[in-house]
Amino acid sequence: MSQNEPREAYRLHGETGEWEVIVGLEVHAQVISEAKLFSGASTTFGAEPNSQVSLVDAAMPGMLPVINDVCVKQAVKTGIGLGAEINLHSVFDRKNYFYADLPQGYQISQYKDPIVGEGSIEIDLSGGVSKTIGIERLHLEQDAGKSLHDQHPSKSYIDLNRSGVALMEIVSKPDLRSPEEAGAYLKKLRSIVRYLGTCDGNMQEGSMRCDCNVSVRKPGAELGTRCEIKNVNSIRFVQQAIEIEATRQIEIIEAGGEIEQETRLFDPNRGETRSMRSKEDAHDYRYFPDPDLLPLELDPAMVDGIRANLPELPDAKKARFIADYGLSLYDAGILVEERETADFYETLAKGRDAKLAANWLITGLFGALNKAGKPLAESPVDAEGLGGLVDLISDGTISGRIAKDVFVDMFETGKSAGDIVDEKGLKQVSDTGAIEGIIDSVLAEQSDKVDEYKGGKPKLFGFFVGQVMKKSQGKANPQVVNDLLRAKLDG
Amino acid sequence: MSGLLDLDLSGAVDALGKKETSSVELTQAYIDAMSATDALNLWITETPEKALEMAKASDARRAAGTAGPIDGVPIGVKDLFCTEGTETTAASKILGGFTPTYESTVTSNLWNAGAVMLGKLNLDEFAMGSSNMASAAGPAQNPWRASDAPETPLVPGGSSGGSAAAVAARSALATIGTDTGGSIRQPSAYCGVTGIKPTYGRCSRWGIVAFASSLDQAGPVGRSVQDTALMLGAMAGHDPKDSTSADLPVPDFAGALGQGIKGLKIGVPREYRADGMPAEIDATWEQGVAWLKEAGAEVVEISLPHTKYALAAYYIIAPAEASSNLARYDGVRYGLRKDGDNLIDMYEATRAAGFGAEVKRRIMIGTYVLSAGYYDAYYLKAQKVRSLVRRDFDTAFETVDAILAPATPNDAFPIGEKMDDPTAMYLIDVFTVPASLSGLPCMSVPVGLSGRGLPLGLQVIGKPFDEVSVLRVGEALEQAAGFSAVPAIRAGGA
Amino acid sequence: MSLDKATVARIARLARIKVEDTELDAMATELNAIMGLVEQLGEVDTDNVPPLASVTGHGLPVRQDAVTDGAYPDRVLANAPEAAHGYYAVPKVVE
Ligand SMILES: [Mg+2]
Ligand SMILES: [Zn+2]
Repeated sequence: MSQNEPREAYRLHGETGEWEVIVGLEVHAQVISEAKLFSGASTTFGAEPNSQVSLVDAAMPGMLPVINDVCVKQAVKTGIGLGAEINLHSVFDRKNYFYADLPQGYQISQYKDPIVGEGSIEIDLSGGVSKTIGIERLHLEQDAGKSLHDQHPSKSYIDLNRSGVALMEIVSKPDLRSPEEAGAYLKKLRSIVRYLGTCDGNMQEGSMRCDCNVSVRKPGAELGTRCEIKNVNSIRFVQQAIEIEATRQIEIIEAGGEIEQETRLFDPNRGETRSMRSKEDAHDYRYFPDPDLLPLELDPAMVDGIRANLPELPDAKKARFIADYGLSLYDAGILVEERETADFYETLAKGRDAKLAANWLITGLFGALNKAGKPLAESPVDAEGLGGLVDLISDGTISGRIAKDVFVDMFETGKSAGDIVDEKGLKQVSDTGAIEGIIDSVLAEQSDKVDEYKGGKPKLFGFFVGQVMKKSQGKANPQVVNDLLRAKLDG
Repeated sequence: MSGLLDLDLSGAVDALGKKETSSVELTQAYIDAMSATDALNLWITETPEKALEMAKASDARRAAGTAGPIDGVPIGVKDLFCTEGTETTAASKILGGFTPTYESTVTSNLWNAGAVMLGKLNLDEFAMGSSNMASAAGPAQNPWRASDAPETPLVPGGSSGGSAAAVAARSALATIGTDTGGSIRQPSAYCGVTGIKPTYGRCSRWGIVAFASSLDQAGPVGRSVQDTALMLGAMAGHDPKDSTSADLPVPDFAGALGQGIKGLKIGVPREYRADGMPAEIDATWEQGVAWLKEAGAEVVEISLPHTKYALAAYYIIAPAEASSNLARYDGVRYGLRKDGDNLIDMYEATRAAGFGAEVKRRIMIGTYVLSAGYYDAYYLKAQKVRSLVRRDFDTAFETVDAILAPATPNDAFPIGEKMDDPTAMYLIDVFTVPASLSGLPCMSVPVGLSGRGLPLGLQVIGKPFDEVSVLRVGEALEQAAGFSAVPAIRAGGA
Repeated sequence: MSLDKATVARIARLARIKVEDTELDAMATELNAIMGLVEQLGEVDTDNVPPLASVTGHGLPVRQDAVTDGAYPDRVLANAPEAAHGYYAVPKVVE
């Protein structure tokens, strides 16, 4: 449905000319599940330290993993949502390395045979352009615990609450070419997993974390050596980290140096990336199939069932909103970004003027929510409430101008539009007699302007409309005002 | 009192049922026996108080008519099974002071069946070894002595050396061990007792300190085939906490005995006739063949062509898994910690001080064969050879019901020998490893004495989950051999 | 193929086992003896042979997604060589 239209390519300018930036992202998305991937401990965020840890998660001697059925299904669902191949046969491997928050001394992950293979997603770029980004794979793995380094001068403290929580590692192909594209990719990915209900997409709480693989090259040249920037925790930081890292690489190459493949850390305070020597030290993970587990064989009927019940995803919804509701690409894009917003809109638009509804939602409600710093879920005006307002506009009870005031009241008080209109007597005046009276008095007061109009200044028409509306305290039906004025001035 | 020690497990259950003795009385006899055999260094942790408490509870159950199948029998547990509230060391310094807050599934099953725990038995550190010399608690001794060197203490074999020796020395009525590459069968053979490694998946591995996950399997050691059958029945069963545990009903192993082996077809693998096999091992094997024929079995020669390579595959796969399984011993959550300037120093110092030489060797080998550039050549190759070894058995079992082979290529050797030659030690496992790699049930039955007066065992290997046939063939050997020799050192006298 | 001193040192580092320089040669000799034992695998033709990672005849069993475990920090920390404020404590990690 989208084409790569010619647009200005993102380039960094070095001393030797232009450079192209190549980015691939590895996103760790925490699976929404009650219990951990291989144990029965809870996954809830923010509990007391080590209170959501089973003996399995703490890697006590003799403890064994048993896989959580729902985590598997969530991975399959996500894979289908990414238009990806579901591998009916996949294998859990051990990735061996020592770290304080890795109790087993290995992470159970999937290496050679992941549960999900290649797929792709469409990302939305400025100017209504979209681009297809390849997905290399998605695999299931365990999260590590958490190290706290700032609680004691010479100790690190270890909390294993996260240890063993299920993650989906979603690896993109190196198809991204700019910070903007990386941001759009993350937004779309987040939108998809939220629609699917497989990950809450919350980067602040760490339920979505991103490793960025960045390299640079002269446009069209061979791929350069990449560096991996670990664990960047917001879209903005991902975008900054990419530009900063690419710039660093360009400076090294232009100074005659070579890029060393390594793991780096992004420091947003200093605006730099730096080498993580601690991770470099033992980069030989000695993957091998976990002998405590067996290959995961999926029932094709289970996969088909998930496919059949997949919710409508943002791209499909956007296309439908444009086709069925006549929305612009831009408005539709805003409305489908979050599933809750789209649902709100569909409730609102049902049986109403869909475009009017979209306007009131986007400029009216979203504007007010933004100002109030509230999410849609906490909106004092629900879809039916806002619909009531749209109804009053559509049936001519109030004008759009009055509606703005009514909306402010609704947002503040939570009252219905109808009640506010009744209480404040804001009903629109459509009675031609009353309006004619106002018009006559305006024309009498502004007789010189009437002369100017008649002498060839048709632009003054709007002035007369404004005066009449003002005199009616905004309650006059603008259409009626228009018709009557035209008759009086031009007739 | 010593009459109590004469009862085997089936006899004890019988006597308890007839109220001829009580569990407390029987348990006290074994607590005394543990003291009497103290010089053998069989126990790492003795739990006499816990034992008497459990015995009392057992007697109460019996009085109430709710006794389990092996209620009241005092047993020993290899110190590789995690026991709640009782220190569990795996014979390693690195687990020093570790007291589990949980109970392994196998021991839970045994306590639920009424068994009484006497304590935790010596073993090779992390079950890596064939001599029990590699123990942080010091070597366990074999209660047998060679006629030509009666003063020289011998190894009980390993890694379940304490488990086998304790049964032979009557320091426990029965014991449990684990077998990864022969760790139940080989010490059973060296100590003149009976041990069975059931099919991989028959007993839960949950709560057993892991050595090599794809091979480790718990099993009992007892004085007779009947005793091991009773014990196995109590230990086995599906455990949803172990993904490799088999969801199959547990047969009545003991009930399947006593029916003879008429009509069974027994295979004799020609490849086990290894070069340089001592004549008396070969003769014992031949004797076994003759006995089985007499008992009405048909004996045929079979071929297991990849036997020769099983040991090499095993010594890649087991260390590889071990290198990963033992990564958790890092000084952070339990056991030993040696301070270091930073985290890595702490890890390295802790693991250097905590692991013994053999464990370090295996971790190093395992790390090496999994490391970048070597995985395919070693680990993957070994897993392919493992396929071939298993295929050999599958083919053989298309025509035979069980296989008869020697258990070990030699009898027990003096403590201190082979210590500086790990490969010589590894070669002891040559007859036990193929069945381990294939996950098959197999047992060792004592059938005679070597020229030096030391026990020799024969090994029976069966089809997956057909422990019943293995036990039946074992019983036939037992009956024909009538092995009744007793070791030099045992509680209650010779 | 034989393991030299440097390889042994690298492997020891990977395995997080401190091996003194003076021990490296002896360890290399031992490990080479063991590798010599396993080297014969090279003789076996394993073309088209799948690796056997597990001998169990069944597939991977699954557990239901329910919280059935945890909520016992005391048991988690019971054997810790060093714990503080409900955490395990280790020498400071510098990233
Ligand atoms: Mg990564
Ligand atoms: Zn990952």
